[in-house]
Amino acid sequence: MENLLVLTHVDETGSALTKASLEAVTAGRELAARLGAPLTIGIVAADAAAAAGVLASTGARLLAVSGEAFAQPRYTSDAAACEALCRAAAATIVLAPGSSRFARVAAGVAHRLGGFIDTHITAVGGTEAVEATRWFYRQRVEAVLSRDARPWFLLLDAGTHAAFSGEPAAASVEQIAVELPPLRTIVTGIHAPKQDAQTIRPDAKILLVAGAGWTKKQADGQIHAEEAGALILGFLRAASASLGSSKSLVDQRGEDQPVLPFLTHLNQIGQTGATPRHAKGLSTCCHGEEPHVVGWRFIADRRAISLDPNCGWTRGKADVVYIADAFQVMAKVNALLSAGAAK
Amino acid sequence: MANVVHILVCAGIVPDPLQTLEPITGPNGPGLKNEMVLPAVLDPWAASALYEAASLAAKNPGSKVWLVSLGPKAKLQQVMMTVAQKVGFELVPIDGPIGGFPDAHSTAAALADAINAIPGLDKAKLLLFGGWESATRGAGVTLQLTGELLGITDQFQGVDQIDLRDDGSYEVLERVEGGKHQVSVCAGTPAVLGWATGNLAEPRNNPQVGMANMRTIMPALQKAKPATLAANGLRYVSVALPKQQRTTRVVKDLTPDQIAAELVEWIGAE
Repeated sequence: MENLLVLTHVDETGSALTKASLEAVTAGRELAARLGAPLTIGIVAADAAAAAGVLASTGARLLAVSGEAFAQPRYTSDAAACEALCRAAAATIVLAPGSSRFARVAAGVAHRLGGFIDTHITAVGGTEAVEATRWFYRQRVEAVLSRDARPWFLLLDAGTHAAFSGEPAAASVEQIAVELPPLRTIVTGIHAPKQDAQTIRPDAKILLVAGAGWTKKQADGQIHAEEAGALILGFLRAASASLGSSKSLVDQRGEDQPVLPFLTHLNQIGQTGATPRHAKGLSTCCHGEEPHVVGWRFIADRRAISLDPNCGWTRGKADVVYIADAFQVMAKVNALLSAGAAK
Repeated sequence: MANVVHILVCAGIVPDPLQTLEPITGPNGPGLKNEMVLPAVLDPWAASALYEAASLAAKNPGSKVWLVSLGPKAKLQQVMMTVAQKVGFELVPIDGPIGGFPDAHSTAAALADAINAIPGLDKAKLLLFGGWESATRGAGVTLQLTGELLGITDQFQGVDQIDLRDDGSYEVLERVEGGKHQVSVCAGTPAVLGWATGNLAEPRNNPQVGMANMRTIMPALQKAKPATLAANGLRYVSVALPKQQRTTRVVKDLTPDQIAAELVEWIGAE
């Protein structure tokens, strides 16, 4: 019989569980119900009381590793915490959010427990055995896999399950003691762009994808990088959108070509970038080639503005393609959005 | 004062991103159709790690860079003809299967075995570099597992920057959610750093560097030890290309005003 453990952690506030953790709780509840297996939820936090209260209505056994050392997301302490939770739960299957915090340590924990790990899981199914779905070759090949060996760690991609929501209540939490090795790493802070300069918004409804065409010569034979930057930032502000970019546009920074100064490699999506999940995506000035298109495979509703009516990569990938000049269209879009906001 | 570091870069080879991929199932499990003849490149994020390693070594005289790569010997040789012209390194090849479907735990074990056998490697000075995810399996676990097998418990993933200080400590910037970087300071080596893109552009080809590298690369390839990767109970139920093909509406006859109005309506719709 399987024994399920869901590992969770709190966000930067130090008390609230992350959305990705709550999504993992949903996945764990669904799998436990299907397998008829007992469910344990482990919490890593400086103080786990508030997080445990939110999970009280799950009916799961609650374990926690708490203390100041666990306020910081770092390998040594997080790996020790997760290892202790897994041992205390005697888990055969461990579900965890694929957050930066747990992605850093989960493989190491699996190794310490003599187990195995698969990551970027988008679905957990199967009837006879537990089967996990994930992508290979940067979202270009999809596979369903299974393992006989236990414990089996599955790191879930964000946005693949609904976040658990329950009425907070008093909860009984078992505190698990952890003996930490000497800590050589200290987290000293977070570097974040200023609030109004932040162009990456994971919770935005729409993703604007900017391609290299924005900094190429336009119909008048001139480059209009400054205007392009203003149009893109104007749209991000007006539509509360997130910004993704093709690799070629970001790479121009190192090639002495015109650049959009607010773009960094963190905006990059596709073959060597992020694969963000948003309800809608609008692609502009992109060639739309395959390595870029994979970056918006998880965008539900996709539109594109392109000058090339014969772009083979856009067809079959986008729902609507407008054959037009993105500079002209986005200026009009921004004006309409601003006018709408002013009403 | 410079710090001497021994930097090991783990980097696989992957199909050129512009190639069309078609999965097939053979006697040894899933793979890609014509995988051995697809043009290959060094894994992009691992390539960033290699360039950062070379830059770090250059700033710290006495430091050394090794490139550990697992793949079919012939394919490794092909890719190294280009990679060798970028930066200086010593190749540690492992003759093994290509592709993203073998088990990451077996891959990590093969890498750790090869690293343990490198003569002159000082593990107290070790920085284990690699890409934070590959462009094949894309699991982001091989480097962590290799680090654990080598007993390294300071690990960083999604790294974009490392600043080595005079006292041997270093500051690391790791990508975290929401386009932010977590800043950490570690007291010293050894450590594992899984790189994202870093801050360096791809170096231009330098034939002189290439010739110097190839003098050691060819003998190393000839002596590459074979590795068999166990499945560790990993079973593939299905492997397929995504089937979803969209019916694209191509709009050619609207003015920018009309397109903008349609887009604004679409953006506002639930």
